[in-house]
Amino acid sequence: MPKRSDLNSVLVIGSGPIVIGQAAEFDYSGTQALRVLKEEGIRVILVNSNPATIMTDPEFADATYVEPISADVIAKIIAKERPDALLPTLGGQTALNAAIALDKTGTLDEYGVELIGANIAAIELGEDREKFKGVVERCGAESAKSLIVHSMEEARGAADELGYPMVVRPSFTMGGLGSGMAYNETDLHRIAGAGLQYSPTNEVLLEESILGWKEFELEMMRDSNDNVVVVCSIENFDPVGVHTGDSITVAPAMTLTDREYQKLRDISINIIREVGVDTGGCNIQFAVEPDTGRVVVIEMNPRVSRSSALASKATGFAIAKIATKLAVGYTLDEIPNDITQKTPASFEPTLDYVVVKVPRFAFEKFPAADPTLTTTMKSVGEAMSLGRNFTEALQKALRSLEQRSSEFTFDDDADLATLLQQMATPTTDRIYQVQHALAAGADLDEIYRITGIDPWFLDQIQLINEVGDATREAPELDAAVLRRAKRHGFSDEQIGRLRSMDPAVVRGVRHALGIRPVFKTVDTCAAEFEAFTPYHYSSYDMEDEITGHQKPSVIILGSGPNRIGQGIEFDYSCVHATMALRDAGYETVMVNNNPETVSTDYDVSTRLYFEPLTLEDVLEVIAAEERTGGVVGVFVQLGGQTPLKLARQLAEAGVPILGTSPEAIDLAEHRGAFDQVLTGAGLVAPKNGTAVSFQDAKAIADTIGYPVLVRPSYVLGGRGMEIVYDEPGLARYIRHATEVSAEHPVLVDRFLEDAIEVDVDALFDGTDLYLGGIMEHIEEAGIHSGDSSCVLPPITLGPEVLARVREATASIAAGVGVRGLINIQFALAADVLYVIEANPRASRTVPFVSKATGVQLAKAAALIGTGVSIAELRAGSGHAAAGMLPEAGDGSQLPPGAPVAVKEAVLPFARFRTTDGRVVDSLLGPEMRSTGEVMGIDKHFDTAMAKSQLAANNPLPSSGKVFVSVANRDKRGIVMPVKRMADLGFGIVSTGGTADVLRRNGISCEVVRKIAETPEESGTVLELMEAGRIDLILNTPSGGDARSDGYEIRAAATSLGLPVITTVAGFGAAVQAIEAQRTFSWSVASLQEHAARLHQAGLTAAGAA
Amino acid sequence: MSTTDTLALLILEDGTVYEGAAYGAAGTALGEAVFNTGMTGYQETLTDPSYLQQIVVQTAPHIGNTGVNDQDPESRRIWAAGYVVRDAARRASNWRAIGTLDDELTAQGIVAIKDIDTRAVTRRLRDRGAMKAGVFSGEAAARPHSELLAEVRAQPDMRGARLAQTVTTEEAYLVEPAEHQWQGEPLGTVVAVDLGMKHMTPVRMAQRGLRVHVLPADTSFSTIAQLKPDGVFLSNGPGDPATAEEQISLLREILDSGTPFFGICFGNQILGRALGFDTYKLTFGHRGINQPVMDHATGKVEITSQNHGFAVDAPVGETLTAPESRYGRVQVSHSSLNDSVVEGLRCLDIAAFSVQYHPEAAAGPHDSAYLFDRFVELITAHRSGAQLTGADTLAPTDRRPSAAETTTADSAPAATGGHQTNA
Repeated sequence: MPKRSDLNSVLVIGSGPIVIGQAAEFDYSGTQALRVLKEEGIRVILVNSNPATIMTDPEFADATYVEPISADVIAKIIAKERPDALLPTLGGQTALNAAIALDKTGTLDEYGVELIGANIAAIELGEDREKFKGVVERCGAESAKSLIVHSMEEARGAADELGYPMVVRPSFTMGGLGSGMAYNETDLHRIAGAGLQYSPTNEVLLEESILGWKEFELEMMRDSNDNVVVVCSIENFDPVGVHTGDSITVAPAMTLTDREYQKLRDISINIIREVGVDTGGCNIQFAVEPDTGRVVVIEMNPRVSRSSALASKATGFAIAKIATKLAVGYTLDEIPNDITQKTPASFEPTLDYVVVKVPRFAFEKFPAADPTLTTTMKSVGEAMSLGRNFTEALQKALRSLEQRSSEFTFDDDADLATLLQQMATPTTDRIYQVQHALAAGADLDEIYRITGIDPWFLDQIQLINEVGDATREAPELDAAVLRRAKRHGFSDEQIGRLRSMDPAVVRGVRHALGIRPVFKTVDTCAAEFEAFTPYHYSSYDMEDEITGHQKPSVIILGSGPNRIGQGIEFDYSCVHATMALRDAGYETVMVNNNPETVSTDYDVSTRLYFEPLTLEDVLEVIAAEERTGGVVGVFVQLGGQTPLKLARQLAEAGVPILGTSPEAIDLAEHRGAFDQVLTGAGLVAPKNGTAVSFQDAKAIADTIGYPVLVRPSYVLGGRGMEIVYDEPGLARYIRHATEVSAEHPVLVDRFLEDAIEVDVDALFDGTDLYLGGIMEHIEEAGIHSGDSSCVLPPITLGPEVLARVREATASIAAGVGVRGLINIQFALAADVLYVIEANPRASRTVPFVSKATGVQLAKAAALIGTGVSIAELRAGSGHAAAGMLPEAGDGSQLPPGAPVAVKEAVLPFARFRTTDGRVVDSLLGPEMRSTGEVMGIDKHFDTAMAKSQLAANNPLPSSGKVFVSVANRDKRGIVMPVKRMADLGFGIVSTGGTADVLRRNGISCEVVRKIAETPEESGTVLELMEAGRIDLILNTPSGGDARSDGYEIRAAATSLGLPVITTVAGFGAAVQAIEAQRTFSWSVASLQEHAARLHQAGLTAAGAA
Repeated sequence: MSTTDTLALLILEDGTVYEGAAYGAAGTALGEAVFNTGMTGYQETLTDPSYLQQIVVQTAPHIGNTGVNDQDPESRRIWAAGYVVRDAARRASNWRAIGTLDDELTAQGIVAIKDIDTRAVTRRLRDRGAMKAGVFSGEAAARPHSELLAEVRAQPDMRGARLAQTVTTEEAYLVEPAEHQWQGEPLGTVVAVDLGMKHMTPVRMAQRGLRVHVLPADTSFSTIAQLKPDGVFLSNGPGDPATAEEQISLLREILDSGTPFFGICFGNQILGRALGFDTYKLTFGHRGINQPVMDHATGKVEITSQNHGFAVDAPVGETLTAPESRYGRVQVSHSSLNDSVVEGLRCLDIAAFSVQYHPEAAAGPHDSAYLFDRFVELITAHRSGAQLTGADTLAPTDRRPSAAETTTADSAPAATGGHQTNA
């Protein structure tokens, strides 16, 4: 069937902010969907609250609504845009849930909007666990024995029937939120209790344990002609019990015979037909009992998922793109396979390589959290690697994680008994425990019994150990030894450690012996047909497939696995750079290893290398590009800290670095040199010093006075950053800082209390400055800029301050020697503008600023890196790239009519539990912990703020009760906003000291007892919260008892999903937002409309939007 | 190569030499190098008689992970002449495994080679076509390359190779429905002429109630006629169909007798030739389990298991009178979506049809299992005196499992290969 002719406009729902379990993969799939729809000539309307995405770039849709993904808001968009159809299967669970809500509220019927790519009945059959069990049965397959419960009493009853351990899964949540394994009644109470809360249908499924079984996943596609194909099989290295998002996974399945594989395939095909997924993708998860082959169907997702992004990258079969084509009427056989061009998409990819995905976790950000891996997903990102065998792919994937000791080591002598005991609990360390235990002589079968990891995988790890031993013990590091080590994925660095050699020397020997990787191609068909898509991976094998290229290439280094502090925002900048450079006629090369992202889509750049971002791997890619046509240079400033830290070594290796030079990058990081830049420009930094020991740090702190902000140098996301109030605190920090040395000093800064933080993103070309935007933080200084909400344009800073900020930015950019982007953080305290830090690279806020102002900063930066000037980029310059920037003015001087954009962070606290099962503290601090962000945009700050809160899944109440309990220093500041809340009709609830202050100011409030003074919960705010009688919480932290009271309150709020505000400034903004949402009915506007308004108001010139 | 590995060589007719490590038995293997892209099913592949005199290059990088078992072989032995893999498993991991593949290859005297860049070999075979090759290990590998190359080149070509007689069963045997979960009386009797038949093929028929007499390749029409079959089947098998004059004339006699006919793979080529079409050798053939085939009657796609180096030369997309006009009209029922090669024939005026691919799967997907149902229907109709033709062998329109009981009945045993022990 050809394309449907009755679809003129389609609304696509995105997945909103990046959260654990729903991340960049939906930007990748969503962007593909938008591209397909546009190519098909369909008017595309998008709603997605996440500004850090490529999909919300105005050029990808006809109308881009950066608005909250809620049924009410989408209904307004539908009323305004009147789309013919809604495509909800590419925005994760968020989009699917929104579609279900729009169906239930009758909006779809009212406006005659057809759901495409899925139907409500199929979604419910797939997602409703009880109904799905029926499906499985009708398909002649088995589910784990299970019971659905709606209350704790029912749960206890079910436990009697199923026995412990038992899996607990709430319905309709994503990433397994609220799931867990209950080994006894206490566990059951805890996990099922929370699960009943998280499930939008207050429904929890209890299930027989299939813990330790082998776990598999099949990615399926079906078209309207009922053709079904399996795109990819994925096997989990970790057996059942660890969420698949937290498992090391391998494609294709490694330990199935054809009969077993075909059985899974048959069941999957039966299920996709029975569920009635009309067109599009779904994934189905299986457990296989290792001793009998009994197959149990775990679950299905009737939509594009994280696994489908992985499967797309693993196979080259673009699932989201093809799902979208199917949704508009094509059948699989009508869609050409992009890679072979002459064969159709109606086939099953076959792999001649092994793909390994490893998750990346952020437990270091949540020291109180229990690191046990469970059925609740906790990883924040992933790295994928391809190799010609498992060992090569695994070792490449592990080094792609870029975490200390993520590579296997071979020199430890850990105690075997301890290792065997530790590996019984799945944690991020388990694979290393297994490897060390095998090295220590443990019996493979015993490890299998303890961990359930398939013996084949264990044998492969054993093989890695054997190769490690052979490499260490060989009399000489000769060609045979090196070749064998390389064939099994050993890095020069690992080999260096084994041979007590510098990795650079290993590399020298290796190159002298001519042992270099070849680059193979991902082609969907194991070389049966010629591939036309240059999607490559390295392997130490025989034949290289890189063909010559016409023009020298521009190489862009990506940002690797997503992590807190370095997420999708950096991918955004990399993608923009490649787009701008391709437009400018360059051949671009992307190097990255993150399967979730747009940058690793095989047609975003001229060539894609799916590689670890270590010096060794990057140099080999550069060498391959050099020998096949030359290299213009490498961009290291766009992918965050990952590529930036390679800058100097690359330059030393003779690689031309485009944009800001490695010397300038170092200068900005180097305290002494940077202070000279500031001094030269008449600017001040907070008093500070650099310490390499506790004595140093103490001396500095004594001089500049407490509190001080301490942090390691060269970090992103405030990793290890803390505010220290006294000397014992400083001593503790230095003791815990894992690495303090002359090479890795600690920076000690005077902490400015009650300062306003200001963030700036700007472009500099050596002559001119273009200031992209000035963001004012809503919270006071001390909260990491990534976690702080901020507003653009600034709402409380006068034009004189903005002018000073611009001037300071220009001086710093010139002083440092920036050629491209720079991000500077300022703090304004007592009208003194302090420079906190400057980073000569793309920042986390570049996409936010670009979207709020309609100017594409990262694209401009890429061109500046190739020598185009800001003057040439301005509209009307006559240069080929003119119009990238407005004709005059910049983001520091937005006109009065400019829309106000609020960025709000989204935090993952609800995912993490302490070892005793309580949620971790949700207090914000100088260490970043948010996983993603949303943007609220409107004509005025108050509504923009309200939109941002709703978008962040933290909707503010319009009525009800507010609980207020603040630290002494904050008591003065809350009187006015709390009074305003009372005037708006909110009930006020408070405790001791805060209540006294409020009463003395004429604000009547209900007083509850402090938790610390109360043995039971009775009479405390916790009781009110659990009873659903509190709608908003203001709790600011202070030391001592109130702090622990604060923890209890914040923890309960996190568990219950209540909005909790921990700063007075944040509360003030919330009050404004609440008032606005009570007073005005929201309107929705697309970025295109906002840009038009900005244009009218005079900022943006033609072509800049 | 690990230090304990010994050198082995893969040498192609064009002079390319690949160094690897010895695997399986030591010695010399000569044959036509062909690549197979299946990611599962190596045991079925090796034991598929159609691989006679071929050196199979596996594109899947890890081979042997699940070892070998006694349920998956598709015939009584490994037929592939030699075996080329990249990474060979050191350990078998599967609850059905009874040994390692390495030991099995050695036990059966199959010379294999590992640690080969099989992708590089595949790309060469794809670009230059399947070619003569040799695997040399042990003492053989120590000989001068020029001598080895001469030996490779001296072997006979696959064109004109007459091989069915080598692989066929020596004795006739019977496959009873009752042995394969069929309850009740058999629906009919089939004679299956074994030209290199895979074990699963008669099983698929028996599962559907057919009693199958498996007869050797040189069986005459009169022998068949004595069994009074309700249908005749010609199997897959190795070699050039142009050499199968015996089977072609046998098939003409069968068609002339009005007995319903079904053919698979070699059987399809023989039907093609019996109808008067030519056959030809493909550049590198189709060998894998992900091959998309278009069913022209329904417009639906089947993902199929394939293993063929020759194909029928007939026009795709039109109904025409067979060159042997007494058989009436014929259609190319299926063709490859990758390269438009003929993948099936359907006679519209007589009860005969065939496919080039492998509906019995093993290894491979079960999408086309319905073809066995159609054969049963032709037979049942024939027995009841009704006249169905190849035109009545279409795929079911509703392919949902609950829609048609027969589909459900199919898929259950199909999923486990019909082995009671494994059900």
